Amino acid sequence: MKELKLMKGNEALAEAAIRMGCDAYFGYPITPQSEVLEYLSREATKRTGMVVLQAESEVASINMVYGAAGTGKKVFTSSSSPGISLMQEGISYIACAELPCLLVNVNRGGPGLGTIQPGQGDYFQSVKGGGHGDYKLIVLAPSTVQEMSDFVQEGFDLAFKYRNPVLILADGALGQMMEKVELSPQKERTFEDLGWTTIGRRKGEDSKIVTSLNLKSEEMEKINIHLQKKYKEIEKNEVKYELIGCEDADYIFVAFGLVARLCTKAAELAREKGMKVGVIRPITLFPFPTDIIREYASKIKGFMDVEMNAGQMIEDVRLSVEGRAPVEFYGRMGGIVPTPEEILVALEEKLIGGAK
Amino acid sequence: MSEKMIKDEGLCVKENIVYAPPQDAMYDVSTHYCPGCGHGVAHRILAEVIEEMGITNDIIGVAPVGCSVLAYNYLNIDMTEAAHGRATAVATGIKRVLPDKYVFTYQGDGDLAAIGTGETIHTVNRGENILIIFINNGIYGMTGGQMAPTTLPGMKSTTSPFGRDVAHVGNPLKMTDLVAQLPSAYYVTRQSVHKPANVRKTKKAIQKALEYQKEGKGTCFIEIVSNCPSNWKMTPIESNKFVEESMIPFYPLGDLKTPNGKEG
Repeated sequence: MKELKLMKGNEALAEAAIRMGCDAYFGYPITPQSEVLEYLSREATKRTGMVVLQAESEVASINMVYGAAGTGKKVFTSSSSPGISLMQEGISYIACAELPCLLVNVNRGGPGLGTIQPGQGDYFQSVKGGGHGDYKLIVLAPSTVQEMSDFVQEGFDLAFKYRNPVLILADGALGQMMEKVELSPQKERTFEDLGWTTIGRRKGEDSKIVTSLNLKSEEMEKINIHLQKKYKEIEKNEVKYELIGCEDADYIFVAFGLVARLCTKAAELAREKGMKVGVIRPITLFPFPTDIIREYASKIKGFMDVEMNAGQMIEDVRLSVEGRAPVEFYGRMGGIVPTPEEILVALEEKLIGGAK
Repeated sequence: MSEKMIKDEGLCVKENIVYAPPQDAMYDVSTHYCPGCGHGVAHRILAEVIEEMGITNDIIGVAPVGCSVLAYNYLNIDMTEAAHGRATAVATGIKRVLPDKYVFTYQGDGDLAAIGTGETIHTVNRGENILIIFINNGIYGMTGGQMAPTTLPGMKSTTSPFGRDVAHVGNPLKMTDLVAQLPSAYYVTRQSVHKPANVRKTKKAIQKALEYQKEGKGTCFIEIVSNCPSNWKMTPIESNKFVEESMIPFYPLGDLKTPNGKEG
């Protein structure tokens, strides 16, 4: 029987982690994601023996994740924008050492201390690397509380498949709002010796090392080439997106996360007024759904990219479109969530009007 | 003295070996450490203890940024490199998911007492059941001799070229004294490796600490006052003399916290 529950996004995510048999969580309080740490502190250890530890900082959290992930255990952390900024050095190390783990950013409005209201201003940081050096995270962008829950298992699966950190990029609204969520059944916590992990030397073998260091340039370049090859492989295999009413569309919104839902409503309002409008919702932000956007670029009159930032994903949309169609932008910043009505006005004024 | 000379002079014959180097817990390779540096000795006694306790397959080490970040090239035990200052957080992550394994960090003074001060204090304060080995040679070795949090007052470095001015940059930070104040610290001691007798004492301290870890007693913290001949611009012998005459008077050796409360 289906197990349905009305839950906050942050809590649904935490519950999903417990149920999928996650081994450890290290985190630090920050609004609007503190419920993850609170929920896990309350529920996790007594139910599955999962380790839950409040660290002294996000810097410590991510390094605890680094240590634990090097053993092959399923570990994760969560934070919100300023905290994620603090973690970037550690994330770069994790990416280079190729450790599987899950990261969650419940994005708030920035820059600086910014606001505790929702934002998408961390897109660049999430998909372009974020920390130092050439690396990529696999980035999943949920748009519902259900996806906040589902992407935990999916994220861990991808992390272990590619030995790569996976980031769930949500926003303050998704973290805080309550929706119906179907919960997965409780799984046993299992542990597999992955061979490369630091779990104490294996009998008859030399030591294993988890490191991101190589002082020989030729060797370090080889590591980089290997990473880039892996990212290509991820781009080939793991692109996910949702198409909403695109078949007959003249105009298409491109939006991720919560904003995609607002654009879906705006597209409905547009159709009521006789305009054929669809939505492309990238679910994976890296790898980005370049091909499908390019495919539509030669079929439609224009794209409207909508984000809760000053225009970040639009760069990837434009790289996908390669000048085949106009790409306009509408965004709100500072923690403001745009309404479907204002999105529609922007569509009419900036794109449809402009394309006449 | 070259390796060939040692062989030619017959110094390396079996009969002269008092205690063979660790056969299992250390690789038979030359280290990158400078001649006379204390790291080699510290590595060796750590490996000896690990081997003597029979825990080579049950221990995980964490070596953060600093000269000893490459310790994993010498110690044949599972090891994780860590970002500068973050060793004890990394060790916390490992120990929390593998509580039955032995876990230790091996950190320098810049790492543990400057950039990693927060992690150090909070890890000890949580009483993480790990061993922290703190090599204090009063200088940043790997980056070429800059002033460390533990550089002595008046001591010259590339960033304190006229000697450490405490009015300008503060006094050396005695981290070991600080952590000894924390209720969760189980065993805190300051040792050295500049003389054979001290090497033996340090080895004993490491063994004690790992035995406490086996019993789940909490954080053990061993400072090893050491040298840096290259960056101190001294010969190995001069540097050991400096340890004896300048470092140790400022960083006195002995136990700062022991399980029975006695201070040595």
